[in-house]
Amino acid sequence: MDLTYTDKQNAFREEVRSWLAANVPAEALQTFDTAEGFAAHREWEAKLNEGRWGMVTWPEELGGRACDLIEWLIFEEEYYKARAPLRVNQNGIFLLGPTLMEYGTEEQKARILPKMANGEEVWAQGWSEPNAGSDMAAIRSTARLEGDKYIINGQKTWSTRAVWADWCFGMFRTDPDSQRHRGLTFILVPLNTPGITVRPIPQLDGLPGFAEIFFDNVEVGVENRLGDEGAGWSVAMATAGFERGLMLRSPARFQETARRLVELYRENQATADSDPAVRDAVMRAYLDAESYCLTTYQTACRLNKGGKIGAESSTNKIFWSELDQNMHATAMSILGARAELLPHAPDAQGVGNWLDGWLFAQSGPIYAGTNEVQRNIIAERMLGMPRK
Amino acid sequence: MDFTFSEDQLLFQESVKDFLVKEVTPERIRAGWETDNGRDSSLWQQLAELGLTGLTVPEAHGGLGMNELDFVLLAQECGYVALPEPLVHTAMVAVPMLGQIGGELADHWLPKIAAGEAKVIVGLEQNLLVEDAHVADLLLLQRGASIVAATPEQVELRHNESVDPSRKLYAVELSDSAAAVAEGEQAQALVTGAMDRGALGCAAQALGLAQRMVDISVQYTSERQQFGQAIGAFQAVKHHMANVAVSLEYARAPVHRAAYSVAAGEPIASHAVSHAKLVACDAANLAAKNCIQVHGAMGYTWEVDLHIFMKKAWALANTWGDAGYHKTRIGEHIFAEGAVLGAGATFQGM
Repeated sequence: MDLTYTDKQNAFREEVRSWLAANVPAEALQTFDTAEGFAAHREWEAKLNEGRWGMVTWPEELGGRACDLIEWLIFEEEYYKARAPLRVNQNGIFLLGPTLMEYGTEEQKARILPKMANGEEVWAQGWSEPNAGSDMAAIRSTARLEGDKYIINGQKTWSTRAVWADWCFGMFRTDPDSQRHRGLTFILVPLNTPGITVRPIPQLDGLPGFAEIFFDNVEVGVENRLGDEGAGWSVAMATAGFERGLMLRSPARFQETARRLVELYRENQATADSDPAVRDAVMRAYLDAESYCLTTYQTACRLNKGGKIGAESSTNKIFWSELDQNMHATAMSILGARAELLPHAPDAQGVGNWLDGWLFAQSGPIYAGTNEVQRNIIAERMLGMPRK
Repeated sequence: MDFTFSEDQLLFQESVKDFLVKEVTPERIRAGWETDNGRDSSLWQQLAELGLTGLTVPEAHGGLGMNELDFVLLAQECGYVALPEPLVHTAMVAVPMLGQIGGELADHWLPKIAAGEAKVIVGLEQNLLVEDAHVADLLLLQRGASIVAATPEQVELRHNESVDPSRKLYAVELSDSAAAVAEGEQAQALVTGAMDRGALGCAAQALGLAQRMVDISVQYTSERQQFGQAIGAFQAVKHHMANVAVSLEYARAPVHRAAYSVAAGEPIASHAVSHAKLVACDAANLAAKNCIQVHGAMGYTWEVDLHIFMKKAWALANTWGDAGYHKTRIGEHIFAEGAVLGAGATFQGM
């Protein structure tokens, strides 16, 4: 065990830091849940890609830097410290990208990855359906092979960023007689294909962060199938695997929130201390964010050495999502009567973006498999408790 | 950056675990409750033969010359079996303090500890009472700004019974004749170091205790049938156990980091220890709470083994610094002017 960074890791950190210092927009971009904000974030992706900072874990020939997980964590630490824009194409570069590298054909990789990398094509997910939420194997949308085309019918929902995205990826039932996780196929669909209707769904903040996608005899070339027909479930499981979960929820984000929470408490200590529970909650937030970081580093080092990760990865989702909720709840307590005010309200001094964070934190325990489903997985697969 | 244990460290952990699980059974622990002093000298000899009593004793004094990081995984296993013998105290607290005092005291006692022939016990004022003072051949006691060394003849002990029948606690009355072995700043440094190591030992044991309570409860709920099925198949029961698993999963790395910090003498060591103690004891307390619940009335009995581990977890949470003590230290760190916190600070901000 050696908990110091190597010279190479320190040099890498310096390089990330100086590039970000020179390139991160001075003013925060508008949220990507607006048309203008989406365009601005797309431009930021192009800029990151020019500097080869868009997908640092990707191989060099695809514009990445072949970083290992520790370098990735360092990159993320600097990225969040620099308050760089959120990643509008995260579904693409962190989820679909690595899956394509594993399961895609050479033709698919060459056609899709470069445009994903430079933000020219932004990706949305198409997992959930009205009757297939936590129970994803209940998918009913169909894809019928006719010649060299799939004819897709059905409906996807909660499709994040589908309103302005260019493509979506998801699972469709290609075998009409199949049950559950069999007979599903992973297909990539251009969202401008005739027969597709995207209907925005306003989220808790009123903005159309996700959408429903309706498919009415949508024709998609067979070259857009990822993996074999009927193998969609295993491709999807790889997409949702731990390392990709880590990509989306690296510790830096939560550590920065915890740091800002400590600051907020110090700025408002005189009033905050009227509730003695607040100080404790601030300390707890800081400790939990640190625990999350330490645990992630430990796991990353184990994986770097060829270790494997199993069902314990389900603890990850529960831990960060509840941490995020707790931190924002504490911030709301500190802000007191100001907590409910929208940031642009005339008397909303010093509220920062805590309210936005609080709203967003409500989604954490729900999306990507509810925490209840994760707890079942932990109990059954990690602890070995009986299914029936 | 390498946050993994070596193959050797992991193999050693495995072999010590195998030994402890085989030898330190709940039956043997219960048998100890029926004896006068509650300690098992034949077990101590076995531990000495495995090199465990001398694990942190320098090689020059007949030990294995290992450090807190080498021992932390073994301390977890001591927790897993709720080992009554003061092995964690010896390796984590007494031996390092003797080493730091050095001189004749160390030359005399360290080889005896490594050979399993003597026990040295440290008593700090932060702890209300002294653990295992009744089996000590030498006591190192904090008295004001000094550390004094006392032999059994120089002290009077008043036994205090604990909720955990395995824990033997004593008020120690000192006669005037005991000699100071450290004073002033040196004594203060010894106290701080002992507090950190003692708390680290508790944290590591808490991880093992929590894991044991989970294992016992998973087995029980997989067998116990109600409403025509194993109760472990009910989601409400599963989620109790999953919550413990989450808490435990995120408590391990802080404990390992604290062990590394203490062994490496990092300036952040005390802070890392307080973090570890808080989260590991929280995990063990949650394990106790949820595991007794899923046992139903059986969990409330003397007969079921769960309470051996539960009671030790309760006791460890409030010794070597209770939550208030450790939160105060955390607060001093994070609310200090100019504290370096946040992303990137974990391994380099201190």
